[in-house]
Amino acid sequence: MPWHLTKEDVQRIATGAGILGTGGGGNPYRGMVRAIQELEQGRVLTVVRLDELADDALIVPLGGMGAPTIGQEKIGRGDEGAVAVQALSDYLGVEVAGTAPIEIGGGNSFAPMIASAQLGLVTVDVDGMGRAFPETSMISYYFDGIAPSPIVMIDERHQKVILEHIPDTATLERISRAICVQLGGRAMIADKPMTVQRLRETGIPDTIRLAHTVGSAVEVAQSTGGNPVAAICEAMGGMVLFSGKLTDVDRRFERGYNFGRITLDGLDDYQSHRCQIELQNEFLICRVDGETTAIVPDLITLVDTDRGTPITTEVLRYGLRATVIGIPAPPQLTTAQALGFVGPQAFGYDEPFVPLEVNSRTR
Amino acid sequence: MPVSLRLGIDVGGTNTDAVVLDEKARLLGSFKAPTTADVTGGIRAALHGLVERYPDIDLGRISHAMLGTTHCTNAILERRNLNRVGLVRIGAPAALAILPFAGWPEDLRNAIGGHFTVVEGGHEYDGREILPLDRDAIREAAESFKGEVDSLAVVSVFSPVDAAHEEAAAGILGDVLGDLPVTYSHEIGSIGILERENASILNAALVNAARNAASGFERALREHGIQAEMFISQNDGTLMALDYAMRYPILTVASGPANSIRGAAFLSGQQDAIVIDVGGTTTDIGILVNGFPRESSIEVEVGGVRTNFRMPDLLSIALGGGTRVEVDGETVQIGPESVGYRITEDALVFGGDVLTLSDVAVALGRAEFGDPEKVEHLDTAFVNKVQTWIGMRAEETIDRMKTSAEPIPVVLVGGGSVVMPSAFSGASVVHRPESFEIANAIGAAIAQCSGEVERIFSLDEHTRVEALQIARGMAKAEAVKAGADPGTVEIIDVQEVPLAYLPGNATRIRVRAAGDLVLSPAAEGEAR
Repeated sequence: MPWHLTKEDVQRIATGAGILGTGGGGNPYRGMVRAIQELEQGRVLTVVRLDELADDALIVPLGGMGAPTIGQEKIGRGDEGAVAVQALSDYLGVEVAGTAPIEIGGGNSFAPMIASAQLGLVTVDVDGMGRAFPETSMISYYFDGIAPSPIVMIDERHQKVILEHIPDTATLERISRAICVQLGGRAMIADKPMTVQRLRETGIPDTIRLAHTVGSAVEVAQSTGGNPVAAICEAMGGMVLFSGKLTDVDRRFERGYNFGRITLDGLDDYQSHRCQIELQNEFLICRVDGETTAIVPDLITLVDTDRGTPITTEVLRYGLRATVIGIPAPPQLTTAQALGFVGPQAFGYDEPFVPLEVNSRTR
Repeated sequence: MPVSLRLGIDVGGTNTDAVVLDEKARLLGSFKAPTTADVTGGIRAALHGLVERYPDIDLGRISHAMLGTTHCTNAILERRNLNRVGLVRIGAPAALAILPFAGWPEDLRNAIGGHFTVVEGGHEYDGREILPLDRDAIREAAESFKGEVDSLAVVSVFSPVDAAHEEAAAGILGDVLGDLPVTYSHEIGSIGILERENASILNAALVNAARNAASGFERALREHGIQAEMFISQNDGTLMALDYAMRYPILTVASGPANSIRGAAFLSGQQDAIVIDVGGTTTDIGILVNGFPRESSIEVEVGGVRTNFRMPDLLSIALGGGTRVEVDGETVQIGPESVGYRITEDALVFGGDVLTLSDVAVALGRAEFGDPEKVEHLDTAFVNKVQTWIGMRAEETIDRMKTSAEPIPVVLVGGGSVVMPSAFSGASVVHRPESFEIANAIGAAIAQCSGEVERIFSLDEHTRVEALQIARGMAKAEAVKAGADPGTVEIIDVQEVPLAYLPGNATRIRVRAAGDLVLSPAAEGEAR
């Protein structure tokens, strides 16, 4: 059954998207406000499962690109996604049945839903990360090496660029970044249309629902005096890796990325233990007393110990009471092929990927 | 002997405090009066009490009068006495996706009128125009604002990089509407158009409240024959001359805690410390860095609206001299309820029937007020336990405010600070300075005038040294505009933040400058 989102659903998905953002991906706040504005203007935000559409129906994955700082000022025109989908459909002369997220974690989660609402289309519950990642090459839709074009990039003036005959995601990343800068540092991107069948084979299904489930669990726990951290773990099949106080934030900017390492000193059950987390926009490796307990692509998310609200890398500072939650990556991210794009080596770490479950068993 | 005096008044939630200091900043007298709902009544009562209690102080020698007031905060919280604001957002089509006033509480929006227009214009992060400013649309908006609004706010995309469109828009609005007060967003907030816009709307809405505060203060001073230069406290612990405060009234929000922090620095001689300011109902914990309150680095909600203007970094806990202590067998419930201003009637030591933290402080021998016999029945183990609990609450909050694990000095101020223990884990030393109970008014009286500037510079256009020099010059000029003596202005803070993901080496530079108050010719004449 198609799912018509309410304002409350939108708020819950925003909370969940923050948790799935693993510290990065941008803040879902603006996307949430925009989605609610669509509802207030009488539009319908419709989410369907993959099996609710025909296998050959064409879906356009959609998301924003660019510096978060610019998105803070240029909040957009509001219809960029819809216009980009239309342009791609016109260019290819095909009929598009709906949109899908590229990145469920962080600020990109609502762009496809807003575009679909304006076009009278649906959004398919699938995405290309199941979390947040910084680069185009880290989208699961492209792991099998398919050429990632044609795509449409568009800015708020509706200046459009169609990229064709792009051989691989590394080339796409390079060219699209350069265009993005000329478009004022921020662009909406409508990705190569894909059939529902292909999304089923390459995407990570049901992540909008997952974000909603987690968001609801946090909301219920907060409003009933329950334990939000336990609620997140239950909803995501995750586990608490550490709980303590942030005692050091060591950060630097390199090549436009936010690199660093944070240290937490244990409290309560974790008294006299120490946790260090490596970050590159997102949290990537969690070590407790020097032993790796979780590593990318497994999700490492940091939440406020009392409230369960996600903590992004921008607001890290001494004294925060935080709990580190490890969540197993979706199986699509842990195949040998996928690890080449999103495993520890892809981020420059000389450590193998050991799944969370294995790590926790051996401890 | 040429002597000039300073008068400092600070309005708190429970009390309004007034102090007089001499030119060497020695305390000559102080008076506490209950804060009144209209605020101005409390200010007059405090001033009146001061005059009655110290007939020897020659008020004619007061050359400077400083006021830290909650007029503006209350106007926002109570949705009263707010200007109707006409907002012009310049940034179509780059900033259309979320309309102005999104997420505002309905009643606050209604109180302000909710008039806005969004027109074409604005800049890119590198200073290019996105589109030329749509002057006709602004003229049209101005016509529609006629008779509907009392003040104006202009907000343009990336105005912290280039404010030309905000300035041009204000010119057009002025042509049509005459001299209505205008708030420029680039003077109020930082990157983040929605939060900066919200702060600018609130600033524009507060012009009347600020004028009321100023005229009430002026009248109260005149009643006592005081002809002094008047200043209003701002929330970084410095002062603004009256005309400057009328332009930036939102900067008075949270000036009370900032005054306490500055007062604590002055009284204890500390430049870097945690300051715990305990009032009747709440405790504000702030941090002193190089003698000034540290600023909050995250978005702050004011009256239910997300904003990004400068605010002191504070953590508040529901703990004060009036906090109720309820004992039920073995369980002890401390707060969060407080008897507040009724403490002098309700607390045990004052003959009431409510056990408060002030009673516990008297039982501990830490405070001398009321009738100590009324708390003799409290058992020592019990009062110690209560104090341990208070200490733990404070310690946890101190720890959250610190920037490193190193122990740091702690300064206790505020009338309610008698309830606090004298040692905290994480504190290198605990100061309880003399006059701790009036640190806020002293903080107002001793403050300097300051100015600040925040701009984004492209280091392709300027060298870093040039950019810093430009920013320093602008900040010093602002401090002088706010009332500082040009000869004494010094740079007190420089921050440089490179912007992530952007080519062209864009960097955000923020500089603050402060200097001593300029002695006006009139004031010098007064001082013989």
